[in-house]
Amino acid sequence: MDSNFLLSVEGVSKSFPGVKALNNVQLNIEKGKVHALMGENGAGKSTLMKILIGMLQPDSGKMIFKGEQVRFSAVHEAIAAGFSMIHQELLPFPELTVAENIFMGREPVYGWSGWINRKKLYADAKALMNKLGVTISVNRLMKTLSVAEMQMVEIAKAIVNKAEVIIMDEPTSAISGREVDILFNIIHDLKKEGIAIIYISHKMDEIFKIADTISVMRDGEYIGTYPAASLNNQQLINLIVGRELNTVFEKRAANPGAPLLSVQNLCSNNFADITFEVRQGEILGIAGLMGAGRTEIVQAIFGIDNISSGIIKVKGREIKIACPGDAIHNGIGLISEDRKLTGLVLSSSVKHNITLAALKKTSPGIFLDLEKEKKVADDQVRKFNIKTPSSNQVVNYLSGGNQQKVVIAKVLLNDPDIIIFDEPTRGIDIGAKTEIYKMITELAGKGKAIIMISSELIEVLGLSDRILVVRKGRISKELNKEEATQEVIMEYAME
Amino acid sequence: MNLAKNYLSKYGILIALLVICIILSIATPYFFTAQNLIIVLRQVSINGILAIGVTFVIIAGGIDLSLGSVVALTGVIAASFAHPGMYPVIVPVMLALLSGALIGAINGLTITLGKVAPFIVTLGMMTIARGLALVLSNGRPVTNLSPSFNFIGGGDVLYIPVPILLFVLVILISSVILKYTRIGRYIYAVGGNENAAKASGIRVGRVKLFAYIMCSGLAALAGIVLASRITTGQPNAGIAYELDAIAAVVIGGTSLLGGRGSIAGTVIGVLIIGVINNGLDLLNVSSYYQQIIKGIIIVGAVLLDRKNAR
Repeated sequence: MDSNFLLSVEGVSKSFPGVKALNNVQLNIEKGKVHALMGENGAGKSTLMKILIGMLQPDSGKMIFKGEQVRFSAVHEAIAAGFSMIHQELLPFPELTVAENIFMGREPVYGWSGWINRKKLYADAKALMNKLGVTISVNRLMKTLSVAEMQMVEIAKAIVNKAEVIIMDEPTSAISGREVDILFNIIHDLKKEGIAIIYISHKMDEIFKIADTISVMRDGEYIGTYPAASLNNQQLINLIVGRELNTVFEKRAANPGAPLLSVQNLCSNNFADITFEVRQGEILGIAGLMGAGRTEIVQAIFGIDNISSGIIKVKGREIKIACPGDAIHNGIGLISEDRKLTGLVLSSSVKHNITLAALKKTSPGIFLDLEKEKKVADDQVRKFNIKTPSSNQVVNYLSGGNQQKVVIAKVLLNDPDIIIFDEPTRGIDIGAKTEIYKMITELAGKGKAIIMISSELIEVLGLSDRILVVRKGRISKELNKEEATQEVIMEYAME
Repeated sequence: MNLAKNYLSKYGILIALLVICIILSIATPYFFTAQNLIIVLRQVSINGILAIGVTFVIIAGGIDLSLGSVVALTGVIAASFAHPGMYPVIVPVMLALLSGALIGAINGLTITLGKVAPFIVTLGMMTIARGLALVLSNGRPVTNLSPSFNFIGGGDVLYIPVPILLFVLVILISSVILKYTRIGRYIYAVGGNENAAKASGIRVGRVKLFAYIMCSGLAALAGIVLASRITTGQPNAGIAYELDAIAAVVIGGTSLLGGRGSIAGTVIGVLIIGVINNGLDLLNVSSYYQQIIKGIIIVGAVLLDRKNAR
C-alpha cells in the first residue's frame, strides 16, 4: 500500500473484441496536483478515464483509492466515492436553471418530504459560484450559457458532489483566450482545496502552464510519468508519438499568384463589411475568439448560411452562391469545423462518405458506377493515409484523426481550387495534426488558395502567409507573416 | 469485426423467419404447402408494398403516418373511374397513382419548405386523406367495378397472383434505386446526417421530396391492389395499415433515426408478420391473442437487433 497517493491504478487491462485498448496500465494521482494524461487519439486515455468513472469495467488490475481497493460497476458509484468527470461534450439539462443543474440529484429538501427547498438551492448555488469567482446568475437557463460558462457549472457540480478527483477531458477544446485563464484560475483554487485533477488535452502550451505531473500513454501502454518541469515541448512530443518529430511546421517560401477568391463588403446577421482576397498558393489564416464570426464568414461563402449583401468573386468572375452545391461547382471546398455535426454521415461507410460530394463525377449517369467508386475511395484512403480495416468500415468506428482525414479526402476529391479549413485539427492527436499541416502546405505548394481558421494561434502563425483577425463580426486587422505574433493577434482579437 | 456483427444482425432476422417457418411447419403440416405459401405472399403483398414505400421515408430520417388513409383515398379514386364500360383500366390506375404522388409531394413540401416535423404533417394528412375519401364516396363503398380492374387484385399470371408479381416488381425496382442510384445514396446521407449532406452539395429538400413521393405513390399502388382485390373502393379501408408497415420496417432492422436500413430487411420483416398471422390463423388462435403475440414479436425483434448491434 502506497499512502502517498490519493489514487493508484495498478496493472489495469481492458480488451474490446479484436483490440487490446489497455495493457497493464498504471497511474498514480496525488492530492492537490494537476496530473496531465497525454497520448495520441487511440492511446487509451479515454478508456482509462471511463474505467475510473465507472462507465467501463477493467478485465484485470486494481484501483486503490484512499488506501482501499475500489471497483465501480456504475457511474453513480464512482461519483458517490468522490470522482467527477467534466466531459468533452458537456451534458447539461438545457431547460433547467444553473442552480438546478448544479444540484441535480442532490437538491436540498425539507426533511423527508422530498419537497425541494428552492430558497436554499439558489442561495447555496450562488454562494458556490461566488466562491469559484464566477459571475453567472444562477437563475439563468442552462441553454443560454456559453460552452465556457457551462464548464464552470459542471465544475461547480463536481464540488457539490464532493469530488476529490476531477477528470477534465479536453476542457479547453471549445473555449478560448480569457475563458481559459478563468478556468486555470479555478483549477488553481481546486488544487489548494486538495482536489486532484486529471487533465487531458492535446494543447502543449496549456499542459506546461497547468500540469504538475505528466503521464504518457501510447497504443494502450503506459509509457511513463514525469514531473512537468523536467520535460520540454520536443521531449514530450517524442514521448507521445514514440518517434522523432523534428519540425511540426515546414518552412515554405510563399509565392502567391493571382487572386482566386475575393469577397467585398460581405454582410449578414453575424458579420459586416468583410473584404479580403486569397491568392493562388497562399495560406490565409483567420484568427479570433470563439463566436467572433470566423465560422459564420466561411459558411456564408460556402452557401450554408445566407448573406444579406456583398460580392463574391472566383477567379475575377462574380458568382452567386445560394447553396453549397453552387460553391462546390465553383471550385470551393470547405472542411467544416465540426466533423460529426456537418462533416460526416457517421452511420455510413468510409467509402460512401468519401464519394458523397463527388458522385456526379464518378457516376454521371442514372446508375452508380460502384466499381469506379470503390477504386476512387480506396485511392483516397491510401493517399490520405486513413487507418481503417477497409473502405467499407462504418466511419463512426474510426478515431478522430482518421475521421478528419475522411472529411478532407471527401472535400479534396472534387479537386477544389479554393480550400477552406475550419478548425482542421480540433480534438485530434499530434501525429494526425502533423500530417494535416503537411497536407495544407502541400496544397498551397500546388497552387491552391487556402483559408485556414484555427483557435490555436501556434497553428495560425506556423502555417499562414497572411492573417486576418476577426473581432465581433468585423475584420479588426490584417497582418502579414513578419508582423504577426501571438501577442499582436490577441491584442486585435480581444474585445 | 463490426462487419461480422453487421452480418450477424442482418441474418439474425432471416434466421428468425426461418425458425418461425420451421416451427409452423411442424405445428401444422398445411403451412408448408405451395398453396398456403402463395396465400401468405398474396396476403403480405399490400403491407409489403406499403412497407417498402415507408422504408424510403424512414431511411431519409422521416416518418409517414398517412399511409392507411392514402390507401383508402386512392382506392376510392381508382374505383370511381373503374366502372364497367367507363374508361380503359389504365385511367383509374394512373389517376390513383398521380393522386398518391401529389399527396407525397404535399407532405414533402410542407416538411421541407414549411419546416414542420414529419410526424405532425403526416398525422394531419392522415385525417385529411381519410376525410377526402369519405367526401368523394359519400361515405359509401364504391362498387360495380370492371373485370379488367378486378384482375389487378384477383387475377393470376402463370398461376401467380398479380399482387405478388407487383410486390416482387416493387422490391426489385426499390432495391435498385436505393443501392445503385445517386438519389438512393443521397437518401441514406440525408437520413444519416442532414447537415453533412447539405455541406456535400446535396439538395436535401429534393431528396426528402423524392422519398415522400415514393412512399405515397407506393401507398396508392397498394390502394389500387386492395380496391381491386375486394372489388370495392372502400373509404374505411386501410385503417392503421401504416402501423403494420412501420412495424415491418423496424423488424427489418431499419433505424427509425434514419441513415440505416435496407429493402431486403423490410421484406423479411413483412414476411415475419405475414407468416405469423397466417400460422396463428391455421392454428385457430383467436385474433385477440394474435394481436398480443404480434406486439411481443415486434418489440422482441428490435430488442434482439439492439443486442446484436452492441
